[in-house]
Amino acid sequence: MRSILIVMMGGGLLLAQEHAGFSPGQDVEAGAQLFYADCSNCHGADGATVPGVDLGRNKFKTASTDEDLIRIIIKGVPGTGMPPSNLSRELASNIVAYLRSLVVPTVFNNGDAKRGHDLFTSKGCTNCHRVLGTGSRTGPDLTEIGSMRKPKELEQSILDPDAEVTPNNRTFKAVTRDGATITGRVINRDSFSFQVIDSKERLLILEKSDLKEFSFSDKSAMPSYDGKLQPAEVADLVTYLMSLKRMDSK
Amino acid sequence: MKRLAWAGPLLVAASLAVPISFAQVSFDRILNASKEPQNWLTYSGNLSGQRYSELAQITPANVNNLEMKWAFQARSTEKFETTPLVVDGKMYITQAPNDVIALDAATGRTFWVFNYTPSTDARPCCGRVNRGVAILGNTLFMATIDSHLIAIDAINGHPIWNVETGNAKAGYAMTLAPLVVKDKVIVGVAGGEYGIRGYIAAYDAKTGKEAWRFYTIPGPGEPGHETWSGDSWMHGGAPVWMTGAYDPDANLTYWGVGNPGPDFHGNDRGGDNLYSDCVVALDADTGKLKWYFQFTPHDVYDYDSVQVPVLADMEWRGRNRKIMLWANRNGFYYALDRTTGEFLNGKPFSTVTWAKGLDERGRPMRIAANNPASNAQKIYPGPLGATNWYSPSYSPRTGLFYIPAWDNTHADFQDAPADYKEGKNYMGGILRNYGAGIRANEVLDRKEEDGFGVVRAIDAKTGERKWEFKMADLTMSGVLTTASDLLFTGSREGYFSALDARDGKLLWKVSAGGDIAMGPMTYQVNGTQYVAFAAGGSLFAFALRP
Repeated sequence: MRSILIVMMGGGLLLAQEHAGFSPGQDVEAGAQLFYADCSNCHGADGATVPGVDLGRNKFKTASTDEDLIRIIIKGVPGTGMPPSNLSRELASNIVAYLRSLVVPTVFNNGDAKRGHDLFTSKGCTNCHRVLGTGSRTGPDLTEIGSMRKPKELEQSILDPDAEVTPNNRTFKAVTRDGATITGRVINRDSFSFQVIDSKERLLILEKSDLKEFSFSDKSAMPSYDGKLQPAEVADLVTYLMSLKRMDSK
Repeated sequence: MKRLAWAGPLLVAASLAVPISFAQVSFDRILNASKEPQNWLTYSGNLSGQRYSELAQITPANVNNLEMKWAFQARSTEKFETTPLVVDGKMYITQAPNDVIALDAATGRTFWVFNYTPSTDARPCCGRVNRGVAILGNTLFMATIDSHLIAIDAINGHPIWNVETGNAKAGYAMTLAPLVVKDKVIVGVAGGEYGIRGYIAAYDAKTGKEAWRFYTIPGPGEPGHETWSGDSWMHGGAPVWMTGAYDPDANLTYWGVGNPGPDFHGNDRGGDNLYSDCVVALDADTGKLKWYFQFTPHDVYDYDSVQVPVLADMEWRGRNRKIMLWANRNGFYYALDRTTGEFLNGKPFSTVTWAKGLDERGRPMRIAANNPASNAQKIYPGPLGATNWYSPSYSPRTGLFYIPAWDNTHADFQDAPADYKEGKNYMGGILRNYGAGIRANEVLDRKEEDGFGVVRAIDAKTGERKWEFKMADLTMSGVLTTASDLLFTGSREGYFSALDARDGKLLWKVSAGGDIAMGPMTYQVNGTQYVAFAAGGSLFAFALRP
């Protein structure tokens, strides 16, 4: 559910008793699609926009069981901003499956956030990453990473950074016509130019016509911490990172 | 009109010294619009839909000397999709949703504003937008998002008549610039996502009285009705939301028709669903159907065929023919005989996976698996199309047809049954669009080839690609060409560019800072040629440095 994905739906048309698309039962991925299509407009991408409700952490006002949630999704909550969706029970249960998947306790989010924070500052993370104004800007700013990624994804990024490098985090290298080499990340681009933050944290605009060559690397600039951190340390680090939520949802 | 009659002798005397102001725009002038290229008298510049101008003061050699002469900032946060009209130094634009504004075309200063507040019942699917006005005599015509057609005095900005063409509450909305043919004003209606029954309707320009109406879905007993199973015709969509074209020799007016509804769920509307996704050729006096050609029979992808029909006369395999050029949202380029509707040629101009090609009659050879009912994944093009409503251009000088296209955009489709409820979305499924662009997502979370905008120049006769101009983001800008072999176009990333129409070479560009989502146009006042385009909420006029 990256932001590249625009999800639309046909209003209240998912009265899909014989829905051909989603697999039956507790389909987490299908639930995620529905969540982003139907729920995130009001609840936010991390589910924490509505006061008193934090869907990402399964904090609800009245519901506690899966049945409660399915009922609320289908029928809404009268007198509140929560409208009925008229989704089928199957589709509603997929959304519930997705919400529950967000809080399944794993070794990776059961760590100690305080110890994770200490690891973050002592193990060199801040040489590239920045949190709340501290650390380098050359790598992705992680101030709100807990609202953007799941624990599993963060674990993967720590242990196997090359497994997935999002397009905006690729390493960019350019050689200008006068021979200067620039490395960094492209933070915006258009038909004629790149807007770059370079390894010295400078914001540069590079006109394509001024470049002799340029390339992107799909390899991450980040070293793997596989074998360099104990599993419990990885869990602490992930728990710390997951605690870094969107500023407006705290 | 009254005031002009009274001031007549005075104006004639004044005309000896200065150009005539507020001249009457007869239909004869509109018909011969290409002969007075200083003006822009109808949406596409001429009734052939070519968006080609004979003006040639700005050339490939001097285009580098363009500078901004004025800007007009709309009081609207909606997209500025209007193509201005220019009549003898006066410019007429709309400000979204439905204000009409008269400007001085040389300075951008406002003469008057006609404010119209559409009904709160209005529910246009995709923005409270408008694409411009039409003019006849001294009367302007605007189609509104609450489905009214309003006549406005071009001199003082006061309304003359106002008629309701459809029920806004049921999703009938109008966003197009009307087309004037003879003494009639022709419009079509949007609402393909609300289960409307589409139509094209003509109104008497003087009185607003309806002259004829052509339903784009045939009713019981009419030919073509059998292409809709059961009662599906009643809410089958087939909207008409872009301006048509007119051929005076055949007295035919041509209009592109949009998607059938529900968009992605076709099982409950068995058949070809005429005249959805068709071009229809109508007798301009009566609205009677002369011929039709259906691009996407039984569409389940939302491939509206509402593109501006582009009419061109050319030698075609040894004989002179009257041709219609059409780059369709479904990814195929078509050449048709516009007198008979005969299919002459067709081939993809962008990546297409829903069909493997066109047969000898131009009917798509579909790939059965790539259908929403089969839970279709990665269908090219996505429902936003390989092109859409953005005006193409044809230059008789180069013989090239210029298409503002999207490539490598695709979508996953999931079909679901839909129940019709008045005024509610009636789309029948879910889809996910990929490669929707940088601006759409405000991040850079995709690779270069994952969906891009491009102007593709193709040989109108063969459909062969001659050159292309690729953009980083997608484009919603139309294309304008001129007799000096310049091509102007914009982009969603906010550049307005001038290319050499012969080879696509970039000659000049300016960063205008906002989405360009309209058809650029050109005009001349006091000997100076201007090029006008809108970016974001602002309209800009550029001309050469003195």
